[in-house]
Amino acid sequence: MPWIVQNLWLVPALPILAAGVSALVKQRNRVFAASLAIGSMAISFLLSVWAFAHVLRLGSYGAITRQAVNFGWFQFGSEWLKLGWVLDPLAALMLLMVAFVGLLIFIYSIGYMAHDENFTRFFCFLALFAGAMLGVVIANSLLLLFMCWEIVGLTSYLLIGFWYANPRAAAAAKKAFIVTRIGDLAFFLGMVWLYAQAGTLLFYDGGTGCLEHSALTRLVAQTTVIGMVASTGIALLIFCGAAGKSGQVPLHVWLPDAMEGPTPVSALIHAATMVAAGVFLIARIYPLMSAHVEMAIPFTTTTALQVVTWVGAITAVFGAMIAVAHYDIKRILAYSTISQLGYMMMGLGVGGVAVGMFHLITHAFFKSLLFLGAGSVIHGCSGEQDIRRMGGLGKLMPITFATYAVGMLALCGFPLFFSGFWSKDAILHAAHSWSVSQSPFYMGAFGALLTAFYMTRQVYYVFGGKSRLAATSPGLHHASTPPHESAAVMTIPLVILAAFAMLLGLVGTPAWPWLQSFLDSQRTVVNFAAFSNAALLSVMVSASLLVFLGLGLGWWFYGRTPIVDADAPDALGQLQPRIFAVLGHSFYVDEMYGATILRLNAWWSRACDWIDRWVWNGAVQTVSYLVLGFAWLDYFLDTQVLNAGFDEGCQGVSRGGQILALLQGGRTQSYLRMIGLALIALVVFLLWGARG
Amino acid sequence: MTAFPWLTVLTTVPVAGAIVLLGVTERNKNLARVLALAFSFLALVLTLFLWHSFNAATGGMQFQERHAWIPTLGVEYHIGIDGLGLLMLLLSSIVVPIGMIASWQIQERVPLYFSLVLFLQACLFGTFTALNFFHWFIFWELSLVPAFFLIKLWGGPRRTPAATQFLVYTMVGSIALLLAFLAIFLATGNFDFIDLAALARNGHLMPDVIAKLNWHRFTPEHLTLIVFAGAFLGFAVKVPLAPFHTWLPAAYAEAPTGTTILLTGAMSKMGIYGFLRILVPIFGAEMQTVLTPLLWLAVVTIVLSAYAALAQKDLKRIFAYSSINHLGYCLLGIFAVVKFTGGDVALTAEKFAAMNGVLLQMFNHGLTAATLFWFVAMLEKRSGGLRGLDDFGGLRKVAPVFTGLMGISLFSSLGLPGLNGFVGEFLIFKGSFPLVTWATALSVIGLLATAIFILGILQRVFSGPLNETWTALPDLSTGERLALAPAIALMFALGLWPQLVLGVVNNTVIQMVQQLRF
Repeated sequence: MPWIVQNLWLVPALPILAAGVSALVKQRNRVFAASLAIGSMAISFLLSVWAFAHVLRLGSYGAITRQAVNFGWFQFGSEWLKLGWVLDPLAALMLLMVAFVGLLIFIYSIGYMAHDENFTRFFCFLALFAGAMLGVVIANSLLLLFMCWEIVGLTSYLLIGFWYANPRAAAAAKKAFIVTRIGDLAFFLGMVWLYAQAGTLLFYDGGTGCLEHSALTRLVAQTTVIGMVASTGIALLIFCGAAGKSGQVPLHVWLPDAMEGPTPVSALIHAATMVAAGVFLIARIYPLMSAHVEMAIPFTTTTALQVVTWVGAITAVFGAMIAVAHYDIKRILAYSTISQLGYMMMGLGVGGVAVGMFHLITHAFFKSLLFLGAGSVIHGCSGEQDIRRMGGLGKLMPITFATYAVGMLALCGFPLFFSGFWSKDAILHAAHSWSVSQSPFYMGAFGALLTAFYMTRQVYYVFGGKSRLAATSPGLHHASTPPHESAAVMTIPLVILAAFAMLLGLVGTPAWPWLQSFLDSQRTVVNFAAFSNAALLSVMVSASLLVFLGLGLGWWFYGRTPIVDADAPDALGQLQPRIFAVLGHSFYVDEMYGATILRLNAWWSRACDWIDRWVWNGAVQTVSYLVLGFAWLDYFLDTQVLNAGFDEGCQGVSRGGQILALLQGGRTQSYLRMIGLALIALVVFLLWGARG
Repeated sequence: MTAFPWLTVLTTVPVAGAIVLLGVTERNKNLARVLALAFSFLALVLTLFLWHSFNAATGGMQFQERHAWIPTLGVEYHIGIDGLGLLMLLLSSIVVPIGMIASWQIQERVPLYFSLVLFLQACLFGTFTALNFFHWFIFWELSLVPAFFLIKLWGGPRRTPAATQFLVYTMVGSIALLLAFLAIFLATGNFDFIDLAALARNGHLMPDVIAKLNWHRFTPEHLTLIVFAGAFLGFAVKVPLAPFHTWLPAAYAEAPTGTTILLTGAMSKMGIYGFLRILVPIFGAEMQTVLTPLLWLAVVTIVLSAYAALAQKDLKRIFAYSSINHLGYCLLGIFAVVKFTGGDVALTAEKFAAMNGVLLQMFNHGLTAATLFWFVAMLEKRSGGLRGLDDFGGLRKVAPVFTGLMGISLFSSLGLPGLNGFVGEFLIFKGSFPLVTWATALSVIGLLATAIFILGILQRVFSGPLNETWTALPDLSTGERLALAPAIALMFALGLWPQLVLGVVNNTVIQMVQQLRF
């Protein structure tokens, strides 16, 4: 087995090791911690490149491109629980993306976090995150994936709450962890269920893994509750975990709040990698998701994948609608991320692994670009995040503006030159030809229109018009320095990401679907004739028209007349104040949860406490009082009834005895007196008796 | 057998320590503390030696000692350990020094305090090694004495009712247990756990009981159930299983925190140990007949205690309920294993998983809970006794190392992968799910509630703006860090390499599961 496969574990292990070491050093060793994290990440990146090249080389001459290394972790009974790692096209692609984006964001963070007192800890957490995320990618066991998945969740928690003194950050961190954990517990159950059914959690194990044919045949043959086959039940439970991590409705509520974390964290964890882990998970267990009794049925229509599609489509529209009405630059991007994750899920559901993964990869680049651009803006504006109080930054921050524009066009799916166009088009095309329903296609198209609209709105607010920085948000100090372009350590990653945001689309065009064939381990052929497919072309053209429409509407509302006043109402808000308010409150989902689930939870915990104090403990107390009461009763009976009666009796006897004793005093005089008296009595009696 | 009586020696060490400490005068506080710690370390070293010399390849009893004692009553001095016993010995030897270090600041009657702690340790050792009911029961009961006085004399403001409730409650359970065993003794003339388990396995035990105790008023089924219920009550109170748990929050909260460490870290394991050593092997068949209600009680224990923890304001009460919750998982695993008997290979593998999980969970819970209470003790020392959830806030700013290490312990309690709590819980759920699907699925709610209250602690005590009262709160001293380091390191070690424990207990588990035939 090649060295790189044998030692693939080094890719996640190095950043984790770096995290461990920098956790032990003192806070003042800033340079050491940063260089350790970046150094380990750089090596991981190089190893990822090597791994990728290895898979590429194997694929190019048609060899089997999946290689797994498994090892025993611990023994229970007679069997060993095995973990392992796998190198296949999916893992290689994801590794490359995570390591590369991660490395760029690490570098960017040097600039962004330069003034933070917990700089060392920041890099420690960041490295731990990267290691765990890379672990998710290469895991060949659902258990190992779950373990890394949870550690990723932990680092997300730590980094959202990085500015812990801010109560909002602390609350957001807790919320993120708990909401994702709700999904994770379903995932956990799905995992133990899968283990019980398949007998292993290894994905690939020379034919006996849980994603391989024999296990899947067994899984689809088992029927469980409500007539569902086991594979569907398991797949849906695991999907709950994916939905939690990937911010799918209704578990999306944590992601906007997660923006309380430092911006590089938002870019790396809450845009590019961790939130995409849910999508990756579904891609990883795709054989399970698409397992069907009758293998002849089109693979994308299993119940599990239908659920994935619908949830994805709803999320895509839902997130995009909310993004229209927010003012916080990062929250807009967060809702946009939710929406785009919905697209990815939908892509997986309707089109398969390649479609979903293509959008995942392109999105990782342009969305982290947008977040880092937003970070650069926030950094330049001394912490301001409200887009109403920005404006006119295009001239002051030219590099940021140019790269942000690239990211924005890529996200909108601007035709031909931007990666987002190709990946979104692949999803829409697959949705168009989905055999179950056309609705996801129309929802996706509507989402595309909204995406173009809200991004245009945001860009006009931030970079266009006049500077409105004088109206600083309450709680922020008025900027002492005017907005300025960020340092090179921050802008260079932006430029690199921008280049990828444009070029990356070229690897997955219909004419040269390299990525799709790579994931399927097939050769790619250039085929320009693909464009002559009428259905494909019509989807492409209509999607482009929708993007233009969105851009045009955005210009009509926000670009036609420059925004001058920070406190002026939103142009769209003036038109439809009610709807705008509902969107601005994110459909009141948080409020709804607060009124229902959270209240129920609080009530239930109080009820449990009450049951404990009054019912259980009350029963015990009652028993103890009963026992005590019994004791008292006993005492009372003893002293008052039994003893009293006994005493009385004793005294009676004794008195009687005393009286009787008088009779037997032993004195002759008494006896004689008694005899005399008796005689007199007898005489009297006889006299009276004779008379009668 | 003339092998060296290691186990007797092991039990004698803390007894000797307890006696020596009684000779130390009140004024020599530090001498008392150091001496006590030295004796507990000696016990730890001995246990580690046992761990090292234990032959993990066989799951049976080792280091056995067997001497006739009162032959007419079937009483023998019979001790020995298998993987389970060994694990419990190790846990006790680890928890007791932690409890001692956490009690360092106690100022009153110091020699007596530490003498009682050592006495308690001796009782623990005795309980975990005894194989004859007679002296096992003596140790089991005697352990209440030091625990009672530790709560009663050094406890918090409401210590007297707590101590009394603790004593009376467990005593009631013990008496029921004693009566059950007297019934069995009358029927079989035997007190030996191993012999009784063999009798039960061969199906002779209960028929004997029915034949001998020919109480016509009861049907045979009822009679066996009554005997079982007596024994069950003794252990159910000790673990505890809802609704027999109400003594626990009060006792844990009112005991001095160093004693709480002993109660939760080691003494609560006596109950589970009793289930595994006595109840399941001897009364497995009876347990099976009432398994459904028992399973629901386990689920109720898990869910209600986790949610009750969520409603508490006192850190010690939170961790007390959390303890009930964690041991509830052990009971879930045990009940799941008892559900099916017979040789179905697939189910046997699940039983191995659940049982290994139970053993691992016992050890992990002991370690983690002891460490968490240790942190509470350190917090109390710094705050002058305050330990309310809302008494602090933002402590991470002044005590980052404290926060970090306590955070690790909290996440270990939450069951984060990579730390010790996860593997045990995973194995229990993995094994229980196919055996008792719905009960296991519902128990997951306990995991969620645990996450909520643990993150609540992190949020309210350590995050947010710093509470002005605590601007001068000292972070962990070097000594404290060094003392904590082994415990924290063990959490990582067991989380990453659970084979460390499982390799030792696995063969015992195999044997235990295979002997479940009734």
